[in-house]
Parts: sequence; structure tokens; C-alpha cells
Amino acid sequence: MIEVKNLVKTYVNGPIETHVLRGIDLKVTDGEWVAIMGRSGAGKSTLLYQMSLLDEPTDGLVVIDGREVHTLSEQEKMRFRLYTFGYVFQDYALLPDLTALENVALPLLMEAMEPAQAAGKAKTALERVGLSHRLGNLPSELSGGEQQRASIARAIAERPAILFADEPTANLDRESSNVIMKLFKELHREGQTIVMVTHEDEYAAAAGRVVHLDDGRIVSEKANV
Amino acid sequence: MFSLLNIRVGFYLAVRQLRRSSRWTTSLIIFVMLLTFLNLVVVTGILVGIVEGITDQFRIQQVGDVMISPLATKDFIENSAQVLSFIKTLPSVERVAARYTAGGSLEANYLTRSGDEKPNKTGISLVGIDPAEENGFSGIASLVSEGRYFEAGDYDAVILGPQLIDRYSFGEMPGLVPLKEVYPGTKVRLTLGGNTREVVVAGILEVPANSPLAMLVFMPEAEVRELIGRTDYNQMAILLAEGADPVAFRDLLLRSGIGAHAKVQTFEESIPNGIAEVKDTFAMIGNAISSVGLVVAAITIFIVIFINALTRRKFIGILKGIGISGEAIEFSYIFQSLFYAVIGAGLGLLILYGFLVPYIGANPIELPISNAILVAPAPDTAFRIALLVFTTIIAGYIPARMIVRKNTLDSILGRN
Repeated sequence: MIEVKNLVKTYVNGPIETHVLRGIDLKVTDGEWVAIMGRSGAGKSTLLYQMSLLDEPTDGLVVIDGREVHTLSEQEKMRFRLYTFGYVFQDYALLPDLTALENVALPLLMEAMEPAQAAGKAKTALERVGLSHRLGNLPSELSGGEQQRASIARAIAERPAILFADEPTANLDRESSNVIMKLFKELHREGQTIVMVTHEDEYAAAAGRVVHLDDGRIVSEKANV
Repeated sequence: MFSLLNIRVGFYLAVRQLRRSSRWTTSLIIFVMLLTFLNLVVVTGILVGIVEGITDQFRIQQVGDVMISPLATKDFIENSAQVLSFIKTLPSVERVAARYTAGGSLEANYLTRSGDEKPNKTGISLVGIDPAEENGFSGIASLVSEGRYFEAGDYDAVILGPQLIDRYSFGEMPGLVPLKEVYPGTKVRLTLGGNTREVVVAGILEVPANSPLAMLVFMPEAEVRELIGRTDYNQMAILLAEGADPVAFRDLLLRSGIGAHAKVQTFEESIPNGIAEVKDTFAMIGNAISSVGLVVAAITIFIVIFINALTRRKFIGILKGIGISGEAIEFSYIFQSLFYAVIGAGLGLLILYGFLVPYIGANPIELPISNAILVAPAPDTAFRIALLVFTTIIAGYIPARMIVRKNTLDSILGRN
């Protein structure tokens, strides 16, 4: 379970202070799919970055399975990101020098998995997202939708406890977006905890709960039936 | 954390980055490393080679592997004939050149000068040689560039070192006034002890200024014997068969009693004082120049890796974001630097030992001071490779570390 308590994020640039998050309280239970929505600049991506240990909050707590994670050392955070989280970024964030298979296998190698075993798991994950015919292709040789599916394969290859997705369909056409959302639904059905930032109501509707942010505050929460 | 896992992942990333990097960029960096390696080895090697060239000239043209010379209290080698006969019986002896030496003077313009004109006269060291034996020992005949070498029956003929001739000489120095208008066939006046004799210049040598032959006057030994009035030699230069140990040979001669009549020295013992210091000085100059090259290479690698890491900052952020350790990322850049250094040095080794050393050995670089060869002993080369690799690793690590330490999210989003 992830618990966010009075989370504050303020960017300071000389005399100018920008308050992006103004005291967020949020709980995400295991197996839940939460969509974070809001207009541009509402703080939804910033909230995701604090929850997923990619950034340091100015104040407040992020507690995951009872551990206050922002007090962890850089080494421990790295291990948390490796073993506990999976990430899907808006711009796919694949490594351009690595093939689809290598991109997916890399975090598995970092988990001290043997290369053959890592390649096997990566292949399975890519097959699952429909990219079994693209294993040896570089990201530059894949379409946007294929890149995002490779990115999802990398995130789920080792079944992370929590999958963070930052506008996973923002750069995709409708057809590719539907494929991605179908994958998310499947993962959720299998019990995957998902925290997803999106600005599209249609895709947020697939989540179990929708949290609306505005001006750094949660303005509404709604459970989807 | 320095762990095998970080090294393994770093290697995995490095191999893939190198495999998919621009071939032009990779070739250019390797070329820089190759030039740096050659700069490190060749500059010092040539400078040391100049001194080696000088010392080699002494060995080949004058001293041989072992030199026998008069005792400090004598002007000649006593019992020369017996000593020479004994030496010639020893199996490890390849060749012996026995010589007479005497100080005298040579005058060029004695036939043409007017009464008050200053004599064009210089002090000389005359060397009496057996022309055939001496040529077999040092190949002196091939060094004659003007005129000819001694022929059988030559009498009143001399061969001059180039520093005695005005047009080849560096100029006047104490005791040496170069002779003007002297060519093969020119008559000159030789004065030795109380004897004066008119002799003809048969030939002039072409050797570097530092050659031991550069200031000598050669004459067939039979005539020198007449002039100095003795038969005992002043020098016996011994060339040993390949593989023979000069120190063991010297000791053999000393044990045989020759030490009682003459001084016996190996080549290293007999070369002029200061040559070793000159050699060390040249090596130091070479090292100083090479150090500059090493710093330039380090800066080049630093810039290349820094730009590489900077342009890949977003991907470094992504790597950290998905849980790849900073150390593994740093190792990937260290491996890339290592690749450039090892390939550059490897190519450098091929060029060095496959071409430069044998080619310059066979065709020494002709310099006014000596004929320089390229000296690149394997241990010195290995040390320079280690130095290059170490410098390159540091130059690759520092920029990678600088980028890896930046905030993960800032890197991913490209924020400063």
C-alpha cells in the first residue's frame, strides 16, 4: 500500500517560489488502479514523481508498505525502483542503443539474473505485449505504439509491486492507445497496482478510482463502478 | 559500490553503446589514442635513439665490444704482437682492429701561402690502420664520400674526418682550425714528432659530427710505424661473435695476464664519460614532451566522454530511474574509455613493432649529431601503455560521475 501524507512540493528559483503540490493526502491500496487527472500544471505528474521516488518532496511523507521511503539512502531508493516499481513514461524512455529485448532485459540483469534467464523473461514480457516479432529492433525502428508496449514490457517483466504510468497514451494515436489501455486492464485484472496520470476521461474511466488535482490540491476523488 | 554486478551491467551497456555508436566518432577517438601512444613512445624513443646512435657509432666504428688500450703509465700496449696473436686464437673473437695513434698536425696551404700569410694548420690525431682489417671491423671504406679508400701499396696517403675540412666542419674550436680548399688529391703537410711529410688526401669521410671518426686522420699502419719509430700498438678493438658476453671476455683477458700490459675494458666501460648523462637527459626531455601529449589525450577523452554523457543525460536519468545503479553507469563509460585506449594502444603497438622500430633500425634517421634509431624496450612501452590506459580511465570516469550525480528526474526531463 502507498500512503501519501501532506505532501508538499515547492520549486524555488531565486526569489520566486512555485507551489506545485500543496499538501496531498492519498492512499493507494494493493491491487488498486488509480488515475490521477487534472488540467495542465495541476501537479499530477509531480505527484507521481514524488510517489515513485524519482524526486524529493519539499515536505510530507510517502509511505510504502509501512516504510517511509524518502528517508532511504540513494542506494536503497535505487533498489526500491528496481525491485518494487515499474515505470511507463509518456515518451517511452527506451534506451536508443539497446534493442527491444535488451531494453527489457537490462533491469533484470541489474537484479543479478543470469543473461540467458533475463533474455527469456524479457522475451516473455515482449510476447505478452505483442512484440515477439520485434525483439531485435532498436527503438528507432519501432512505431510509437510499439515503443510504448516495449516500455510496458520492461516495466512488468519482473511483476513490480506498483506500476507508475505518466500519461502513457499522450503521444499515441487512438488505435495504439486502445492497445495500451487493454494491456493495463489485463494487468489490473491480474492484481497489478497501477498509478496512472492521464488527462483523458475515457482512459481514466478504466481505473478503479479517479483523483482530480487542481492547483496542487486534490479537489475530488471518485470511485468508478 | 564496486561489485561484479555493477561491472557486468556496465560492460553490457558499454558494449552496446560502442556497437551502435558512430563509426566515424569511434575511429576518430581511436586515432587520437593511437597518436597519443605513438607520441608517448616515439618521441622519447627517438631522443634516446639519438644517444644510442652516438654510442653505437663508438662501438661499431671504434671500440668494438672490448677495447685494449695502454696502461695509464704507458704510451702503448706492451707486447702488442703477443697480445694480438693470443686474442686472434680465441674462438669468441669475430674481428680485431689494431691501431697506432699519435698526435700531430696537418697544414693545408703550405704550397700556396705568401710569407706573411697565416698557415692553415690544425692539430690532429693520426690513426695508423691496417686498411683491410679496419674496413672489416668498422666498414670505414663505405663512409668515404669524397675520393677513395686506401688501396694496396698506398703510400703518403691519408683519409680525413669531415670535421677537419672547412666546408663540413662546425667551425673553429680550441686546437682545431678546419682546413680550407682541401679535396681528394690535395697535398697536405703532416708533422708527427720531429718528422714532416707531404701526403696526399685520398678520401674524406662522411660521418656525423659526434662520430669518433669525425676528427681523425687515417694512414696505413706501415707508414705510421716508420714515423713513430715503434711497432707496439696503441689500441686493439675487439668485436665478439654474436652471443658472446663482453664482461666474461674481458675477465678472460685479465685472467690471461694481459692486464699487466694494458687496460682491458668492455664497451660500456670505455665510452666517454657523460654519454650516460646525455642519454638520461634526452629521456627526461622526451618524457616531458610525452607528458604534454598524455595531458592532451586525457583532455580529449574527458571532452569526448563528457559530451557523450551530456548528450545522453536523459538516458542516464532513465537508467537511474529504472533502477540501474550509478556505479554500473559509470563503469559503462570506464569500459568505453578502456576500449578506446586499448584499441588505440594496440594499433600503436602494431605500427611501432611491426613497422617503425624495424624500419628506422634499418634506415636510421640521419641527423647532424648522429644517426638516430627508435629505442622502444618492451618494459618501457608496457609502462607507457599502462599510463595511457590509467589516464584514459580517469578521464572517462570523471565526466561520467559528474553527469550520474545529477538529479534523476532533472536528467530525465532535461532540466538544469
